[in-house]
This record gives sequence, C-alpha cells and structure tokens, in this order.
Amino acid sequence: MVQVHLWSGLRPLVDGREVVEVEGETVGQLLDNLVKDYPGLKPAIDKGVSISVDGQIIPKSRGVKVKDSSEVFLLQRLYAG
Amino acid sequence: MSKIHVTTKVNGDEVEYLCEPRETLLDCLRDHLDLTGAKEGCGTGDCGACSVTMDGRLVCSCLVLGAEAQGKEIATIEGMAEDGALHPLQRKFIEHAALQCGICTPGILVAAKSLLEKNPDPTETEMRYWLAGNLCRCTGYDKIIRAVMDAAAEMREAS
Amino acid sequence: MALDGPKQDFKYIGTRPERPDGWDKVTGKARFGADFSMPGMLHGAILRSPHAHAKIIKIDATKALALKGVKAVVTRADFPEGLEGEDWNIQENVMAGEKALYDGHAVAAVAATSQLIARDALKLIEVEYEVLPHVTDVDKAMAEDAPVIREGAADYSVPEGMHPNVVRYMESGRGDLEKGFAEADLVIEESFTTEAAHQGYIEPHACVANLGADGKGDLWCCTQGHWFVRQMCTAVLGLEATQLRVTPSEIGGGFGGKTTVFIDPVALALSRKAGRPVKLVMSRSEVLRATGPTASASMDIKMGMTKEGKITAASGTFRMQGGAFPGAPVDVTTMLAFANYDIEHVHHVGYDVMTNRPKQAAYRAPGAPMGAFATESVLDELCRGLGLDPIETRLKNAVKEGTPATFGPKFPPVGLIETLEEARAHPNYSVKLGPNQGRGVASGYWMNWGGETSASVAIGDDGSVQVSIGTVDIGGSRASMALMAAEAFGIPYENVRVSIADTGSLGINEPTHGSRATFASGLAIIEASREATRKLCQRAADKWGIDADAVTWEDGCAKPSGPNAGEFDPLTIAEIAAEMGSTGGPISGHHESTPDGFGGSFGTHVVDVEVDPETGRTTILRYLVVQDAGKAIHPAYVEGQFQGGAVQGIGWTLNEEYIYGEDGRLQNPIFLDYRVPVASDLPMIDTVIVEVPNPGHPYGVRGVGETGITPPLPAIANAVRDAIGVRMKKLPLTPPRVLAAIKARD
Repeated sequence: MVQVHLWSGLRPLVDGREVVEVEGETVGQLLDNLVKDYPGLKPAIDKGVSISVDGQIIPKSRGVKVKDSSEVFLLQRLYAG
Repeated sequence: MSKIHVTTKVNGDEVEYLCEPRETLLDCLRDHLDLTGAKEGCGTGDCGACSVTMDGRLVCSCLVLGAEAQGKEIATIEGMAEDGALHPLQRKFIEHAALQCGICTPGILVAAKSLLEKNPDPTETEMRYWLAGNLCRCTGYDKIIRAVMDAAAEMREAS
Repeated sequence: MALDGPKQDFKYIGTRPERPDGWDKVTGKARFGADFSMPGMLHGAILRSPHAHAKIIKIDATKALALKGVKAVVTRADFPEGLEGEDWNIQENVMAGEKALYDGHAVAAVAATSQLIARDALKLIEVEYEVLPHVTDVDKAMAEDAPVIREGAADYSVPEGMHPNVVRYMESGRGDLEKGFAEADLVIEESFTTEAAHQGYIEPHACVANLGADGKGDLWCCTQGHWFVRQMCTAVLGLEATQLRVTPSEIGGGFGGKTTVFIDPVALALSRKAGRPVKLVMSRSEVLRATGPTASASMDIKMGMTKEGKITAASGTFRMQGGAFPGAPVDVTTMLAFANYDIEHVHHVGYDVMTNRPKQAAYRAPGAPMGAFATESVLDELCRGLGLDPIETRLKNAVKEGTPATFGPKFPPVGLIETLEEARAHPNYSVKLGPNQGRGVASGYWMNWGGETSASVAIGDDGSVQVSIGTVDIGGSRASMALMAAEAFGIPYENVRVSIADTGSLGINEPTHGSRATFASGLAIIEASREATRKLCQRAADKWGIDADAVTWEDGCAKPSGPNAGEFDPLTIAEIAAEMGSTGGPISGHHESTPDGFGGSFGTHVVDVEVDPETGRTTILRYLVVQDAGKAIHPAYVEGQFQGGAVQGIGWTLNEEYIYGEDGRLQNPIFLDYRVPVASDLPMIDTVIVEVPNPGHPYGVRGVGETGITPPLPAIANAVRDAIGVRMKKLPLTPPRVLAAIKARD
C-alpha cells in the first residue's frame, strides 16, 4: 500500500484523514484506486490534480512508477505559466 | 472615396502609392510598399516600434499621415544594412544579445542610429533618455544600452 | 534519460554564439503576426462592449452589411452551442453570448475589403444593451450584496454559503499554527493588495485565418503555442483538430499572455462565413481591455519568528480575481507563498473570485509574485523587528534538498542557498547607502514545467543538421536549441539549423510556457540527436563490417571503439551523410515525451532605491538578480531572462496597474497611461548565474524564464521601507501613494 498525503482542503472529503493508503504501482493506478476506495475524492480528482512522487512533481504522466515506500502527495492541479 | 497620390523616397528609392487620407505613414509603408520592418505596437506614439526617419528626423510613423510623406525622404530599418553589410548597431545588437523577441528591435535600431548621427559620444544617461520612447518588454534594456555604447565606440574609432 | 547524472564537460554549451535568427531580426525581415498577408484577403475588426456588465438584448448588423466592401458579420450565433468547461469559457470570452461581462468584451465582428471599411462598419452595428450592476474589485466581489457574474460557476471545492462569485476554494498546510505562533518571539500580521498587471508584449495579437465551408483550414498567428491554438480554435468552432493547420509567426513577446486565444476563432469564423482569408490585428487598447492581464490580489499574512531568526509558523489567506471566468492562479499562490522556507506549521487559504474584468491569462510565474510580495514583506518586517540581517535570516530558513516543502513533498536538489550566498558576496550588497536610499532583499521560486514535447532532427546531405521543434522562439531559444544539438552531435553550432514546425509537421507540443522550452525541447533534441548518432554509427559499422556496438560517436565522427573493433579511420558526419541515400536512406532522429524531470529555479534579488521625499518617486539605483539556471546553455540569453523578469517586476511594483472607473471601464488602455518601464527609468541590471544541475535533464538545465519576476515586488517594497521607514502594503508604489505614506509618517 502507498501512503498518499492529501492537501488539507481534501481532508473533509475523507473523514478528516491527512493520509490515505491505496494500492498501486503507477501514478495512474493510485489515482484510479483513490477514486474507487475514497469516492469523496472523485470530484477533486476528476477536476484534475497533480501528484508528487519522491519530490518530483508529476503534472499528468500516469505511467510514473510508485513504490510502497515512495513519498506521495496530491497537489492542486498545476499548469505552466 | 478619393485616394491621394503620393510620391516619396524610401531608403533612397523613389516610390509612389495611393492612400486614403486617414492612412498613416506606417500603414502605407506596411500595406502599400510591403515594408513590414516598422511595427505597430500602439498606434499612439508611445512605443516607438514604428520609428522611421523623415528628412532625417526621427518620427513615429504611426503619428504621420501617409500623405505627409509627399516629397520627403523616408528611411526605415530595411535600408539600414548597406551593400549586404550590417550597420555596426545591427552587428552589436546580435553580438550583445540585445534582443529577445525582436519586435522592438527595428524601431530601436532606427532611433539609436538617429542618436549617434547627432551625438556620436552619448553618455549612458543621454542614451537612456533618447531611447525612452522605444519600449522593450523583454530585455530590461541592459543589453540594448550596452550594444549601443559598443557600436558608438566602434563607429567613433572608425571615423 | 540522465541515469548517470547530468553531463558536466561541454564543448559548445555555455558559449555565447550569435543567434541564428539575428540577421532577420535586425534587418526587419523577420515576419511577425501582423506581417503575413494572403491573396484575396479581407480585414477584420471586432465590436466591443462599452459596458462592464450588460445583457445583450439585440444585435442588428443590417446597416453594416449594407456598407460597400463589407463581406461578413459574425456574432455568437455563428459559433456552435453545447460546449462545456474551459472550452465554453474560451468561446464565451472570444464572443459574448447573452451578456457582455467586461468593458471590451467582443460582441460582434466584421470582415471587409479594407481595415478602414471594417472599422467604419463596426459603428453601423446596432447593439441594444440592458446595463447591469458590475463589480471589478476582488474583495467587493465576495461581499454579500455583490452582483452575480454567473450562477453555477463554482466547482466542488467551494463550501456552501459563499457568494456565487467565489468559484474555487482551496486550503492546504500542515502542523499546528497555534503551537507555532506560541513558539515565536515576534508575530506580525498584515494585509496586502496587488493590482492586475498586463504582460505588455509590444506585439498586439494578430492572425490570418483561412477556413473553408468544408471544415479545413489554415491559421497563421503569433502565439506561444500553436497546438494550444489548434485545440482551442477547433473546440470553439466545432472542427476536427487536425483539419486546422496552425503556423506560428515570429512572436513579439508573450510572457504567458499568448498561450490562449482571443481573436483567432473570430478570424476563422469570419473567414468561413465570407469564404475568403481574413486578417485580424488587435489595437493596443484592445490588447489592454480584452486580453488577459494577470489577476489582482488581496492577501492577509501572519508569520512568527524566534529572536534567533527561525520562522516558527506562517499562514496566509489569498483572494484573487481573474475576471469574469474561473482561473485566477490562486492555487499556485497558495502553493508557493511560503515555499522558500522550511516551516513546520503552515496554512494557506485561497479564493478564486470572478469580477467584471477580462479573463486573466498566464503572466510569467502566474500567481507567484503576488504571494511573494505579501510574504517576503512580512518576513522583512520580522527581520527588522528582531534586528536580523535579511540574507542571514533567509539562509537560516532556506529550503534545500530533502526539506519538506510548505506544499508537501521533499525538495529535490535546489539552489536557494547558493543564490543567497552569491547575493551576500556580491559588491552591491555592501555599497554604502545615502540619505533617502534603501536596500531590499527578496527571494522567489518557480517550479517550472515539462509538458508534451515532440522534436525531430534530420541529417542534411552535407552533414549539417536540421532540427525541428514545436516550441516557438520567444527570446532566442533557437540559439540554445542549436547549441544542444551541436553538443550532442559534436558538430559546429553554425552547422545546425533550427526551425519551428507547424502543427502539421510534428506531434503535439505544449507552448513555450512554464519556463519549459529550453528544458523540454532541449531534452527532446538531445535524445533525438542521440538516436540519430546511433544510426550514424550503424552506417559506419556496416561500412567497416563490424558490430555497431564497436562504434562510438565522438566529435562529429563515428570511431571504432573497444579491443576488437579493428583499425579504421573515423568517418565524419559529412562522409556518412554523403552516402546515406545508398546506405539505407535518410537519417533522422525523433523524440517525444512529457518529461517530468523539470527542476525548479530559485532566485534572490537585491535592490537599492532612492525615494524623492518631495514627490514620492522611487528611483532604482542598482539591481542584482541571482538565480539558479541548473546549466546555462547560452548564458547571454539566461541573463536576458533574469533582466527582463526583474524589469517587468519593477514595472508591476512601481507603475503598472489596471485602473477601473466607477463605471467599470478601464481608464488607462494605452501605453501612455499604462506605463511600462522605459530605458530612462532603469539602471543596468546586474546578474549572477548560479548552476546547481537539475538531475532530470541530460545537461542539467532548469527553466529560467519565470522566477525572475517573483522577487522584485517584495524586494523593491522592502527597499522603499528601508528608505522611508514605512511599510507599503498596496501595489503599485506610485509617487502619490509613497508621498502620502511619507506625509502620514511625518
């Protein structure tokens, strides 16, 4: 299971939890399983989020590999300037 | 709607065009003579992108009517390089990376040339005030000023 | 990718050759947006709302259509219905539907045989409006009695009970603020505002559109990203994506403002209706009234610090308006507001608010400068209150590799500390100041971007190299691209030609935005070049009759390598190229990806100002930019980005602002009144390039375009504070405002 850190605005959608655990070996699988296991997150993830894996911000690549030990944060959807 | 027949000299060549009374010299250069080197950045004389000289005087061609060019001598960026050789200002602009997007460059080059013809050895402050009518949004002017100073030094040495 | 870490020894990278397009740009030959024309071309013009908020009751174009030379009029009725999300927002912004939402909002457009006739025709279009109450200020737009711009625009994030103009709400942070503030020896709480500033590119938007009734079309335009233009135009007009080919002209500045569309779909609609090509060029006042400035902001900041200078807690509330549509970059503001520092207890709240202003567009580090203005100003007050040096204090709190960012994840290698140390060591930091003079310091960050990228290289029959990229050259990037190709092939810089391909010639490329072009297109060129050199090695191996693994590429030549390769004279790229038609055909390389290894760039600025006590005018005496470039490919253009960003920041701080009247109309829509910095306003802008390699790029590149506009706002405000003894909390610091502050002080 991968620990996914949520920004505080998302926490009310998952009973106040700061971190949720989901299965997944890629960013895409994590996002899909987050929606499946925590349906409260669906509107936010559908709207678009970015994710960081071990410090690298991943705006949209679903194929990036994730390990159980990876540091993973959901971030507001980012865009270029 | 009657158009005005204008005969003028642009970069040494005699040219003729028909223009509406409302058309600016900039419109005429760009639309009737296909000289698109002068740019319209504002249309109100604030940005200097359309700088040309008329009878040796630096003007914003967006503030001059096309009909006013009758019998005058106009010089534009297209006439600055002579016989295939760049003017020292043009060379120095490339050498000093004094342009980023390059839209203001023709106007600034025309304005800088006009300055150096009047004052071959301007101070940095004189240069900055002379070029204050030419907006550049990319460079912060640093490399432009350095390029003009370097070109001025080279031109003084050559003369 | 860069498995062994970025390359360190270079032959061409880091040199300063002349840009490949220099000659065209200094002789007036370069063709910008308005410099294109086509046979049979018509000229377009757009009628714009004089009201900030009004219902459109009726549009009657009968008289306009009767004018000799008028060939078509379009209104919203000429665009398809049923769009959703951002596609609808863009369509609504390029041509008003039921309501005009801001002063300058397009309501109809004309195509005629000349620009003068088109403009005359606009005056003959009769529009009946029902004027509605309007709001242009962010705080007023959130108030209970504010007029509603549009019901139902809010997304999931907005809690119940907020005004319908609040369309997104965000909250992020960690730790225990109460605990953190209790640990502080000094806590400061202040509120700040910044006004909207325009990107101010000198080239107004321009395009030539040619769209047939068969749905096939071409568009020539000045844009930062032609695939974005294609996607937006085809969505807004209901076309198939690849049936529209978009070719970018040279671009006269963008700074984020040319990553979207304003006139292009209108020109296409006019062309489709008239059956002829249509040229559309904006005037400066159209640019200022109806294209995207950045958002304006209203912010409350609270920070606590120990007497040793450690930040114990920080919180910020950020309210931003981005015009009559969702999209103010407050998400980035909340993310980056405190991102320079290692802070255990931190909290951010953000509101994205709609007003009757033009739809905001990206502007260099969108969202970052406003937040930095507020937070770096409070940090400066903390240093003053505790008698601490601003650089030492920043060093004490600065993030480095492994520090948990205020937005969550741990930082990869970053160069904030290095920029602070270079700033401290620079002579500017120890110049003695005179009366009415002050010094300010501030740091800033931009996380940069990768983005969809596709690039190709092809070998010419003489061994020269053609590079095709999809990121337009907005500031000399062709020189950097050619340098990277030269380095990868080991051939002279002059033997590389870089072209910007149209949308019909490469896969999708995101725009030149997010400080990504040199990073992402550069990475793609290096990878594509490596693919091509592998093929060149294969041809040499075939010729020598040895295994390709026994051939290496070095200095523009294939060479036998390894104990069993045998003795052969190296084959140059020109020798292999001369025979390629008979040895297997053309040789090229290609790379496409959405690279994620972009590394953020930190910068630190030091500025000295003098404030005239008689007039309140602030003069910049000296200005220093220190920024991390990872690896400077062409240092002169890196310095140029630093200098340009700083000067745009100077403008935003001292002069530039959108001024709306009581009637909701923009009062300063020309350059005379919207005053960007001119040469006589400024000193030289000193630069120091710091290079902390980005492990995510083969040569260590970090984007450098955007960070530079973030520190100037607070750095100058801090310098003015130092000079006059008063904290200015509202930008811009115009002479009347500064003078009033001096008078109130005395």
